[in-house]
Amino acid sequence: MPSEQDIYEEHVLDHYEDPYHRGQCDTATHAEEGNNPLCGDEIRVELRLDGEGKIKEAWFDGKGCVISQASASMLMERIEGMTPEELKEFSATEMLELFGPQLTPNRQKCCLLSWRVVQRALHSPLDEDDDSATFGGPSLGEES
Amino acid sequence: MDPSTITTPPATSFDPQSLRADFPILLQKAASGEPLAYLDNAASTQRPRQVIDAISDCYQRYYANVHRGIHTLSESSTDRYEQARRSVSVFLNAASSDEVLFAAGTTAAINTVARTWGDQNVGRGDVILLTMMEHHANIVPWHQLAERVGCEVVFAPLNDNGQVDQQQLDALWQQHGSRIKLFAFTAVSNVLGTINPVQQWVRQAQQHGARTLVDAAQTAPHMAIDVQAWQPDFLVFSGHKLCGPTGIGVLYGRRELLESMPPFLGGGAMIQSVTTEGFAPAELPDKFEAGTPPITEAIGLGAAIDYLTDIGLERIHRHEVNLTQHAHALLADVPGVRLIGPQDPADKSGIVSFAIEGVHAHDIAQWMDTRGIAVRAGHHCAMPLHKSLGLSSSTRASFYLYNTMDEVERFVEAVREVRAKFAPQGRRRRRRS
Repeated sequence: MPSEQDIYEEHVLDHYEDPYHRGQCDTATHAEEGNNPLCGDEIRVELRLDGEGKIKEAWFDGKGCVISQASASMLMERIEGMTPEELKEFSATEMLELFGPQLTPNRQKCCLLSWRVVQRALHSPLDEDDDSATFGGPSLGEES
Repeated sequence: MDPSTITTPPATSFDPQSLRADFPILLQKAASGEPLAYLDNAASTQRPRQVIDAISDCYQRYYANVHRGIHTLSESSTDRYEQARRSVSVFLNAASSDEVLFAAGTTAAINTVARTWGDQNVGRGDVILLTMMEHHANIVPWHQLAERVGCEVVFAPLNDNGQVDQQQLDALWQQHGSRIKLFAFTAVSNVLGTINPVQQWVRQAQQHGARTLVDAAQTAPHMAIDVQAWQPDFLVFSGHKLCGPTGIGVLYGRRELLESMPPFLGGGAMIQSVTTEGFAPAELPDKFEAGTPPITEAIGLGAAIDYLTDIGLERIHRHEVNLTQHAHALLADVPGVRLIGPQDPADKSGIVSFAIEGVHAHDIAQWMDTRGIAVRAGHHCAMPLHKSLGLSSSTRASFYLYNTMDEVERFVEAVREVRAKFAPQGRRRRRRS
């Protein structure tokens, strides 16, 4: 059993309190959202892919536990500069490694939420004619 | 009176410390190395030796299938299985043990009522009345019934004190009148701890010609039940929440209703005869117990009921109210904590649910675990309730007979720690190199 005290190590709490790119990307080309219905964690990701097909900017917003929010911040910071192919190659295991502290299976779901949303975001281009913040693709975020 | 006798505790004083010795699991240390403070009893309780021994005794000495064999073991098993039914019957003060049906649990019991009585008696335009504090087990089967027969599911709203607003409930009876076929409600909320006025609500339903189903999952472990006084049409509870095994629960139903209802699961044991053309169902209670029943589980449930009855439900309840009072008083001094449910411990059972501003329930529970304290975090299978409270989740400490004042104090201390741990501290993320 990992000690849960270690889960909240300083760099995790730093990302929680001072997240990277929390907010909206005004020039987003792709966006997606999702949630963990059991936890109530919610994450929304907005990406801007540039002309060369690289992820120029990655932003997130949402609410939920420390794990879900801090991991989203770490992921946004990590994927900027990647190509979509590189992002697709970025595995769940790598996401858990990026987060750092070892997590129980239940908390891994919290950590992998933003990773799942980012993967789907690549398939959810925003309609260029529509500048209202609507998101393509199926959403896991709807109330059930 | 001799003054020396005044300080002597009365013979009936409640000593959780000595009861703890009955529960082997509580003698263990938590994963954190600290003494285990098990405060997740509303989810499931622990089992005393007496129950574990009863189950193991059955398997080791007299186990066989029930209601079948002519041989000695089968007769012993059948005897003990039916003895357990009689124990439950006395526990509920039922008029007859034929009205006590064993089911897999509360969920299975409610589904049985929905699928049999519901399908037979509820139709398009009819109303199933629930309260906003129901567990999903007392919501989803009615949504499913609505999908099958086209009835409507209506929820009685709560006031700010976590109780059903009686005026609004009266208004719902006025509005829907005889369209309400069933009022299905919990006797005690699994999140708020609210104790509902069962007898009053059953009378109200009777006046409108509606049936009642009482979810006693959070009541049976903690308070005495009297179905002849309460007069519900159905009452259900689970074994594992009152020191009994999982996989066993009780569906109590009034005889004439159970007799008029079609059987639910078909198979062995629930029949009188089977031909190539059809079947004739058995009499109560067998009619609703198809297949090999949970034999040892029923025997374990009987042992659990004997254990609790020996201690006394009234004393258990009083002990839990004392723990809750202590928790409320201590938490009142912790800023940023929102207690949900009745603010007066006299109005509730041993359940303390709360939210801490700015901290997610999972982080609270995770932190508590590092202190050897087991609490529940999430929506506790009550999503509509949490939505009505404007929360996505809450954290719940729930007490039982073996919990102590010391554990309550450790719990509140951990709440203080959580606030300090997760409070904004002007942290800065290190830039990636």
